[in-house]
Amino acid sequence: MSRTLTTHRIGPAVTIQDIGRLGYIGEGVSRGGAADRLALSEGAALLGQPDTLPALEMMGMGGEFEASEDMRIALTGAEMRATIDGSPVVWNASHLLPAGARLSIGPAITGCYGYLHLAGGISGAAELGSVAAHLAAGLGRALQAGDTLRVNADSGGETGHFLERDDRLTGTEIRMVASYQTPLFAENEIARFQSEALIKDARANRMGVRLNPSTTGFAAEDGRNIVSDSIMPGDIQITGDGTPFVLMTECQTTGGYPRIGTVLPTDLARVAQAAPGAPLRFRFVTLEEAVEIEQAQASYRAGLRQRLRPLIRDPHKIANLLSYQLISGVIAGNEEYV
Amino acid sequence: MTQTLQKHVFPVIRTAGVTGMLVSFDDRLSEPANRAALSFAAAVKAQGWDGIEDVSSSLISVCLNFDPLHLPHADLQAKLEQLLQSQDWYASDLPNGRRLWRIPAVFGTDLAPQLEEAATAAGMSAEEAVTSLTSARTRVQAIGFAPGQPYLGQLPEAWDIPRQSQLTKDIPQGALVVAIRQLVLFAVQAQTGWRQVGQTAVKLYQPRAADPFMLRPGDEVMFHAMSREELANMQTDPMGGATSEVLS
Repeated sequence: MSRTLTTHRIGPAVTIQDIGRLGYIGEGVSRGGAADRLALSEGAALLGQPDTLPALEMMGMGGEFEASEDMRIALTGAEMRATIDGSPVVWNASHLLPAGARLSIGPAITGCYGYLHLAGGISGAAELGSVAAHLAAGLGRALQAGDTLRVNADSGGETGHFLERDDRLTGTEIRMVASYQTPLFAENEIARFQSEALIKDARANRMGVRLNPSTTGFAAEDGRNIVSDSIMPGDIQITGDGTPFVLMTECQTTGGYPRIGTVLPTDLARVAQAAPGAPLRFRFVTLEEAVEIEQAQASYRAGLRQRLRPLIRDPHKIANLLSYQLISGVIAGNEEYV
Repeated sequence: MTQTLQKHVFPVIRTAGVTGMLVSFDDRLSEPANRAALSFAAAVKAQGWDGIEDVSSSLISVCLNFDPLHLPHADLQAKLEQLLQSQDWYASDLPNGRRLWRIPAVFGTDLAPQLEEAATAAGMSAEEAVTSLTSARTRVQAIGFAPGQPYLGQLPEAWDIPRQSQLTKDIPQGALVVAIRQLVLFAVQAQTGWRQVGQTAVKLYQPRAADPFMLRPGDEVMFHAMSREELANMQTDPMGGATSEVLS
């Protein structure tokens, strides 16, 4: 019997995502994959499976889902209103979704990209080596109501675990490194880029995030005639009218607008998850500091399973669990994560 | 800032973000630098170094995506320096198996509304611009921006026109756009700062085909003019009326 998840209702931007595809940048296909890579690892830790398995990424809005058999699930990333047959369920936690029950995932409360993980992982036909949708590259598509997803067998495990989340849904400090085009910008422009808040625009997606300067735009010297060259996700491109764009997971692979610097991979999720209107503050760190930060993030990801806590279910509080402060009750408090 | 503004001696190795290393062969497009980028990318791939996640070439450079926690920056830099010194990359041959493509395009009309504007920027009439663009034999100098999308060059000096300061929204798939002595043929719908002078019916990228990418770096491309009616008849042909022959 096949194990499936059926979508009864679905938000406009729900896609299958994993860690993306490498090896096609020279063909013009960027890596893509989840906008919040750490959320993939958290879901994997909650279900006790590899973080290379695909999950559903839900931008802004989830949907209503039904499983063909009992299924372990986890919810991570942007916090969204979620219920199973009308009863609220806790975010950043693992749950049992009984066969035939309705899992309803509403709009995002905090953050932009929420994730629904299924034990065993979603099964699909790989294109260019991955099942991840890359809409800019014409790979995969957004899910539609009525879609039925095949889910691989679950090797078994527990539910009812909770993970404390870091501050990436609301954090506004974004660290970046100088990149090969940073010297195209004068020192005072680089200083101003770090001293003024840049407001996240509502025009933000998996390809890029527009930033609105608090005062005037930024300019490179002779920036309109540089040769198109390689782009890295996290590059901050300054278009001709002075507007910065952070290039995200599904960005173009080359471009000719000058780039003032590159956001650290760790902080790119923060740019993705920040709410429209959030005042982001950018700060350069050295390459050495950046490597240390990435090392710390890798250790944090590897240690997520040790951070799992039992989900406390108090029948008297179950109705308002969404607003309940779980964290203070269950976390030791000696967090070393930067 | 670890990278200061200075005249580089090429080739130069610089970092691209935290997880990228860029080897540049010039700071402006030239035939030898493009050949060097294509052949050096092939050589880096052939090395099979541990910790390298992707190797790609653009017009004048090679970009390596790597894991700095596995392969430290200094180690990769040393490997690249050694490989750079092993031969004269600027004197490299073009890739084998190159093809000459002939692609029909509608120039101007409401389908390509910026022909006049681009021609004026290049100091030509619209008719002269079409003659110039259809007589140029261009080469795929890089694939990039979008899947299978070519940068074609190099056009005559007159076409050294800047990109627009504002992006044009929703340039369609198959659009032919121009700036800085290059043409780009759009693989997907996108926004761009380049000016659209033509429209083709070519689908450069067919994700479900055995060979999803029509063009390869080193291929040559010539365009010829067709009417709006001819274009309408080609919409069902993924090749968009394009033909190719192998260059010996």
